[in-house]
Amino acid sequence: MLVLALDTSTAACAVALVELGAPPAGPLVRASRVVWDARRHGELLAPMMRDVLAAAGVRPPEVRAVVVGAGPGPFTSLRVGMVTGAAFAAALGVPAYGVCSLDGIGAATTGPVGVITDARRREVFWARYQDGTRVGEPGVGAPATVAADLRAAGVERVTGPGAGLYPDAFAGFGTPPAGGPGELTGSGEQSGSDAQGGSGAQSGSGGLSGAEPEYPAPEVLARLVAADIVAGRDPGPLTPRYLRRPDAAEPRGPKAVTASRPEPVRSATAATGTASAGAASAGTMPV
Amino acid sequence: MRTPARPLVLGIETSCDETGVGLVRGGELLADALASSVDEHARYGGVVPEIAARAHLEAMVPTIELALDRAGLHPRDVDAVAVTSGPGLAGALLVGVAAAKAYALALGVPLHGVHHLAAHVAVDTLEHGPLPRPAVALLVSGGHSSLLLVPDLAAEPVESLGATVDDAAGEAYDKVARLLGMPFPGGPPIDAAAREGSPHIPFPRAKAGDGTFDFSFSGLKTAVARWVEARRRAGEPVPVADVAASFQEAVADVLTAKAVAACRAHGVDTLVVGGGVAANSRLRALAALRCEAAGITLRIPRPGLCTDNGAMVAALGSLRVEAGVEPSPLDLPASSTLAL
Ligand SMILES: [Zn+2]
Repeated sequence: MLVLALDTSTAACAVALVELGAPPAGPLVRASRVVWDARRHGELLAPMMRDVLAAAGVRPPEVRAVVVGAGPGPFTSLRVGMVTGAAFAAALGVPAYGVCSLDGIGAATTGPVGVITDARRREVFWARYQDGTRVGEPGVGAPATVAADLRAAGVERVTGPGAGLYPDAFAGFGTPPAGGPGELTGSGEQSGSDAQGGSGAQSGSGGLSGAEPEYPAPEVLARLVAADIVAGRDPGPLTPRYLRRPDAAEPRGPKAVTASRPEPVRSATAATGTASAGAASAGTMPV
Repeated sequence: MRTPARPLVLGIETSCDETGVGLVRGGELLADALASSVDEHARYGGVVPEIAARAHLEAMVPTIELALDRAGLHPRDVDAVAVTSGPGLAGALLVGVAAAKAYALALGVPLHGVHHLAAHVAVDTLEHGPLPRPAVALLVSGGHSSLLLVPDLAAEPVESLGATVDDAAGEAYDKVARLLGMPFPGGPPIDAAAREGSPHIPFPRAKAGDGTFDFSFSGLKTAVARWVEARRRAGEPVPVADVAASFQEAVADVLTAKAVAACRAHGVDTLVVGGGVAANSRLRALAALRCEAAGITLRIPRPGLCTDNGAMVAALGSLRVEAGVEPSPLDLPASSTLAL
């Protein structure tokens, strides 16, 4: 049973075609791609999906389910993956399953581990794992606060692309040992490419090697819902984990124009979400 | 890839706060569906980009499925996917573009990224048939005020004759409405109030006679604010209906005068008016009056097709597919500032 899995919740844009075999074979990665570029998920994702399918010699109608990393992650890139997965599945009439993106890293760890990704604005998304199982819901917070919370919970190891961004906050933490429970069998085409001199090409099932930057591995996400997919369970609604409200300020009363020169009666238009959310002032709105 | 003689085109529009989906086959609108997040923006006095983008994600697939249901069609019936790739709100555009790519990839059909403004012109062909070549289009809304010379919709490019140099007309409506204590969006309440008032207040017609086809509404908006403030400061009542009527007259006057002048300058005998502000009663009346006097045929789609919708994208996509225009690549970017 072929499953297309993807995640766009970090700077990595990641796609994998996974074959869910009957036990004891377990999931098999037929092809995968990852490209590190925080700002181009919208341009990268669809061609990567096409390439992964082509590399495996699979036509889209052969895909029986879609798995999507549902965040948390920066709003704009997260939405690219969510809507792409939902639309691809709807076009084919197959189910789309959402999985917490952090699980794509945490599920491949052992012992107590904190998974940290970049939330921008000097904050991180995070969750705590015990032997690959998430403890509680993911959160967003200042690196120092998250580090203190993890320490209080007895966690001494952190991983994920957010930890290295705040070396001071996470200075006392180690990294988890490479590998972990339930590693996936790799086979067929696995490759990566590096679009713009980012963090470098990745190959294979990401998140399993301590030497390379971690990212939510789509094949791990697929494994986490493999039983549901095989059993044909209803995936439920595909809901993004934003963990933040939109920035929006309600307008105050109109400002006087006569008293001072500057822009009068300026509506208090909201700021954009994240740095990559694309600042869109009223002036760039379409007809 | 299949390319039947009468391809079914799925059109997706997410450039602002409307999630629009349309299905067009051979110039015929089979179905459209629309989800709007306008109510979520009202209390902010303008469209909040992140709220719009979130609403698009929620509404995208259900709106496509609704349109397909209404037409009694299945995704596999779709022969091409068209999508607004710009201009618009970056995060909002991205949702539609990503969805369009996913449908195109899954169904194995071509993808066509189209320009939002060209789509506003193309939608008129669904109601009034093929457009004479060339035509002039006046597109006015909360985000844009543009005069375009349209040589051939399928082939594009459309040529920009003029545009707002500051506020869009609809944006000026929103700001004046707020000044007068009216709700967002400002077009309908100002239009309603204006019908009860007299347009006797001489607000400025900025750039009206400057020889270009550009517009400016920032000065007008400020003039209205100053006039109203002076009244309030003096403790006098503000004649809201007269202010609304006078403001609306100034806007409609400049827009229609420029549009007719553009037609004359380019020897064009057909004017298409579109965009949300095309629903404005005074703009429609004055455009009709001036076009008739100038011997120009005026074409305005019904109001539901003037505001942002998916049918317009499907209409333009359909013209392009049938004309054999090269499809867009799967790495098509969403461009908030897409040029014509
Ligand atoms: Zn528009």
